[in-house]
Amino acid sequence: MRRTGLFSRTTLVLGLAFLYVPIVSMIVYSFNNSRLVTVWDAAHSPTLKWYGVLFSDGEVLDAAWLSLRVAICAATVSTVLGTLAGTALARFGLFRGRALLVGMTTAPIVMPEVISGLSLLLLFVALEQAIGWPRGMGALTITLAHISFCMAYVTVVVQSRLAGFDESLEEAAQDLGARPAKVFWRITLPLILPAVLAGWLLAFTLSWDDLVISQFVAGPGSSTLPMVIFSKVRLGVSPDVNALATLMVSVVASGVVVATVWMRHRQRRRERDAQLAAAANL
Amino acid sequence: MNAQPSTAPEPVPPYVRLQAVSKKFGDFLAVDAVSLEIRRGEIFCLLGGSGSGKTTLLRLLAGFETPSAGRIYIDGEDMSAVPPYERPVNMMFQSYALFPHMTVERNVAFGVEQEGLGRLEVRRRVEQILEIVQMSPYVGRKPHQLSGGQRQRVALARALAKRPKLLLLDEPLAALDRKLRERTQFELLNIQERLGVTFIVVTHDQGEAMTLATRMGVMDRGRIAQVGTPAQIYESPVNRFVADFIGSVNLMEGRVAARCDRDLTIRCEPFGCTVRAARCVECATGDTVWAAIRPEKIVLASEEMPDEALGDNRVRGKVREVAYMGDVSICLVEIDSGKTVRVTLPNRAGLAAQRDLRHAPVTLSWDAASPVILTR
Repeated sequence: MRRTGLFSRTTLVLGLAFLYVPIVSMIVYSFNNSRLVTVWDAAHSPTLKWYGVLFSDGEVLDAAWLSLRVAICAATVSTVLGTLAGTALARFGLFRGRALLVGMTTAPIVMPEVISGLSLLLLFVALEQAIGWPRGMGALTITLAHISFCMAYVTVVVQSRLAGFDESLEEAAQDLGARPAKVFWRITLPLILPAVLAGWLLAFTLSWDDLVISQFVAGPGSSTLPMVIFSKVRLGVSPDVNALATLMVSVVASGVVVATVWMRHRQRRRERDAQLAAAANL
Repeated sequence: MNAQPSTAPEPVPPYVRLQAVSKKFGDFLAVDAVSLEIRRGEIFCLLGGSGSGKTTLLRLLAGFETPSAGRIYIDGEDMSAVPPYERPVNMMFQSYALFPHMTVERNVAFGVEQEGLGRLEVRRRVEQILEIVQMSPYVGRKPHQLSGGQRQRVALARALAKRPKLLLLDEPLAALDRKLRERTQFELLNIQERLGVTFIVVTHDQGEAMTLATRMGVMDRGRIAQVGTPAQIYESPVNRFVADFIGSVNLMEGRVAARCDRDLTIRCEPFGCTVRAARCVECATGDTVWAAIRPEKIVLASEEMPDEALGDNRVRGKVREVAYMGDVSICLVEIDSGKTVRVTLPNRAGLAAQRDLRHAPVTLSWDAASPVILTR
């Protein structure tokens, strides 16, 4: 018993270390005063110097702003499309072309990003030559490219939520006189909303940190944040990248913490309600 | 139950009419050419085992499935092209299907709102129906804050709030425990009588069907085996399936030995006895038939008869098992031929009388009116 306890504790520590030591060291070094990333300047650290540098760097700020706009647009559009596709796959039975739709919506998940990016680039170029749209590469093409792969993830999330969903709820709503569209808005959508929101967040993060596909479809002057970071690192790791990455990590981490606390609170409340109802039954 | 103000001598047209309705799922024939007529104000129970097609039949009526063949008429109107949301029918689901994100009040109001009534009218109707099912104190609760019995009431209220002429109930009491189920059965009858709604109830529980139904249909492999009042079905089943499905029965295979106009004599070779039945059935001398005798109709006498006293409707045996059920005891009697006959005895006397029966030699007899003769 004790030995298993020791063993599992050791694996836990090693696993966590493997996952988080790089991130923690990056955070620590973001407060380093030294110009050299690997040398800890004990005399003048910690300092917020690199955060100041970061916020006065126009290139980084522009890229962050672009990334944010692209991520919000791409997440929103792909959530709408993905929800529709997920609903169709989960609810409309074995319609003609179902297998094709399944393949096409989930293909971007398994497709190598380099190939997706290349094919999207070719598509955009061909489209511009044929119909003059989209004109040049830029924010629009990045957004379109992001939608194409984010949608796949949203579809999968929504579809799996609908698969575990009691269909008799929808039938009951129809039976009570609601037309199919109304059933969707009043019953189905409110009940799958957690999955839809999760899909949006997933799409947002995927779009926010996508590098490979963006590289292909971005034009001159439209660099997303990951592209800027990557190009900075290629010129030699500068400490302000550490600061930038620390900011991104803290935003994500606080989001996760808030979500977890909220979910746990809801779970507790549900359990208490169920107990009260059971007690009332006696 | 529902007084019809018709003075005309011709019968009232049926409220629901199914005309040779079939439903196929792939190669599986779930409902096989069912024709059925249900009158206004009735409680009609569809009784059958799992896979007998009873739920499919209900879903066909609600409009969730479309028949592969045949037609369904409700109140004289062909329902073939009418989607579920336009049918004058409401359904209470086995799982209750309460909307988990809405309060009791919103759940019940959902259907009424679809009719485009004013807010006040919706409120009034919701209050009224919640009053009937005694759920008024719980209007603000969500479904997960309710007990099983309360959920059942809300589901019933939601289905009734639209004032349907026909209510379909899919295993309405299956999710309740036994005590609650018995109480709810009578409440259901009460509400039905008060509102005059026609009920079609699907159930696999024969006790439930017997209590609720004014008429019932027994389903077997997609077909309606028999339609009748509970008493008709219990007392004169049309075939072995129905006889065996409803209650328990002793089925004795035999051949028709003699037949007078109101009297049949059947020689049951495997059972080593002769059954005389005061029934007329379509059969000829020499045909194979089955005599069905209910266990409670057999008289058990605890003395052994000499051979010469044995005759028609009388056999000798030994009690093998006695199962004490409280109100009755079930005895399994091994008769002289080695076959087992089931006998139910009411427990009028105390414990002591039942105890001695085990392994006791007994004589079984029954009245000529008791056996039902089945040709199928």
